[in-house]
Amino acid sequence: VFVFVFDWQVEPNATIGEIKSMFHKSHVLFDIFKLFIRGKSLKDEDVLQHLPVGTTATFYFRDLGAQISWVTVFLTEYAGPLLIYLMFYFRVPFIYVPKYDFTTSKHWVVHLACMCHSFHYVKRLLETLFVHRFSHGTMPLRNIFKNCTYYWGFAAWMAYYINHPLYTPPTYGEQQIRLALTVFLFCQIGNFSIHIALRNLRPPGSKTRKIPYPTKNPFTWIFLLVSCPNYTYELGSWLGFTLMTQCLPVAAFTLVGFIQMTVWAKGKHRSYLKEFRDYPTLRSPILPFIL
Amino acid sequence: MSAPAMGTSKTAHTDSSHKKKKGPGTLAIAYLVIYNVVMTAGWLVIAVGLVRAYLARGSYHGLYYSIEKPLKFFQTGALLEILHCAVGIVPSSVVLTGFQVMSRVFLTWAVTHSVREVQSEDSVLLFVVAWTVTEIIRYSFYTFSLLNHLPYLIKWASFLNIHRYTFFIVLYPMGVAGELLTIYAALPYVQKTGLYSITLPNKYNFSFDYHSFLILVMVSYIPLFPQLYFHMMRQRKKVLGHMEEYSKVE
Repeated sequence: VFVFVFDWQVEPNATIGEIKSMFHKSHVLFDIFKLFIRGKSLKDEDVLQHLPVGTTATFYFRDLGAQISWVTVFLTEYAGPLLIYLMFYFRVPFIYVPKYDFTTSKHWVVHLACMCHSFHYVKRLLETLFVHRFSHGTMPLRNIFKNCTYYWGFAAWMAYYINHPLYTPPTYGEQQIRLALTVFLFCQIGNFSIHIALRNLRPPGSKTRKIPYPTKNPFTWIFLLVSCPNYTYELGSWLGFTLMTQCLPVAAFTLVGFIQMTVWAKGKHRSYLKEFRDYPTLRSPILPFIL
Repeated sequence: MSAPAMGTSKTAHTDSSHKKKKGPGTLAIAYLVIYNVVMTAGWLVIAVGLVRAYLARGSYHGLYYSIEKPLKFFQTGALLEILHCAVGIVPSSVVLTGFQVMSRVFLTWAVTHSVREVQSEDSVLLFVVAWTVTEIIRYSFYTFSLLNHLPYLIKWASFLNIHRYTFFIVLYPMGVAGELLTIYAALPYVQKTGLYSITLPNKYNFSFDYHSFLILVMVSYIPLFPQLYFHMMRQRKKVLGHMEEYSKVE
């Protein structure tokens, strides 16, 4: 715990963000930290005169430890699966038996799966760069190792079997694959629509929070029933991919992802309920009426 | 691994008449006492069984068969301890307890039971003895801790606690050695028969090589064993430190 005493003249309408940068100018080593008052953390936008302080103010600092930006983490964790899957698809040496090196699968569903998987991660990368507006700039550094292990590990595990020389195509053939592709594409468009709708809720540079509502885009009408339809569509996409590839590791990845997204959705749903008294009661966190 | 640590049991020094935080109720404590007494008895049965079989045969080879059933029964019964943590009547981490119990159950069923050829190995005796001594001390310690409102029992609890941490120094490496040697002995048979393994091609596009999996399990002991060992050593220093103060006060 650090104790600093300052005798600064600060305007009452100064924000916490401004105070933090004043502090950073005089103590350069402190660059990522949070300020607290009475145990509650303060946001950069909070204005001094609206805080419970008198002519003097006591702030508490918490150093957040090594941090990394959300954008960096997302780009790394998504670029990995994109490239790793392609390595298996092109049957780079040392993965399969040498006679299959640089060959391609004879099953057309394998080519389709590669296109879908790659499309999915390219979409995510582009969304990270151009669509998402992040509330927090950074997260703890150790998260990048955890997240990349998860994404890259599962990508390798799935890709190994789908692109394997002994891969078995889906039992119900073209019918199954066509249905799966429809589900996958529908959910990819849906997921993208939700991301755009969420982005439009928030004007550029601001961190305002509003209740999301259905827009003219039919893919957003699911907001009537669900708080986090981005996760709903994501689940749908992976169910489609599981059906398309009929591969157990893909099913496992879908399941684990679903569990994690449900945890996130429930948390988000709870904070919506806490923040907005008029939050629509018909909505469930992730699955309409069920979860 | 051979010696599940239940974490620092908070019931040891809580006077049930003025409990400030919500702890296990009287019914829960009664149940836990019965559970721990039954487990102590069970592992004593295994201990006695081992001694009798040894005396009857005159050698320590193949003693596994004489205690196979009670070992399976009581070791599997320990799965209840995961439930105890999940429900909250025991203040330990579900994940940690789960991991420890599952590793024991894995060794009992997925290795020793499943691969008949290793059952006559001496390494099996090594971990069975380690487990037996550890569990008898551990369960009797918990029993006395739970009944701690009887003052003279606290001395017994402390006695057991010290011995638990001291015996651990020998028992834990002994148990780990027995477990690793047993898994190692099972490897050739698993590879030959393809036990619990799935090969390609199949309609779910999945494969599993139990042989490789067992090797992975053996390798995982490398990071895990030292951590658990040094954790117990630190706990031991703490407990012995308290014991000194305790005896000085008296």
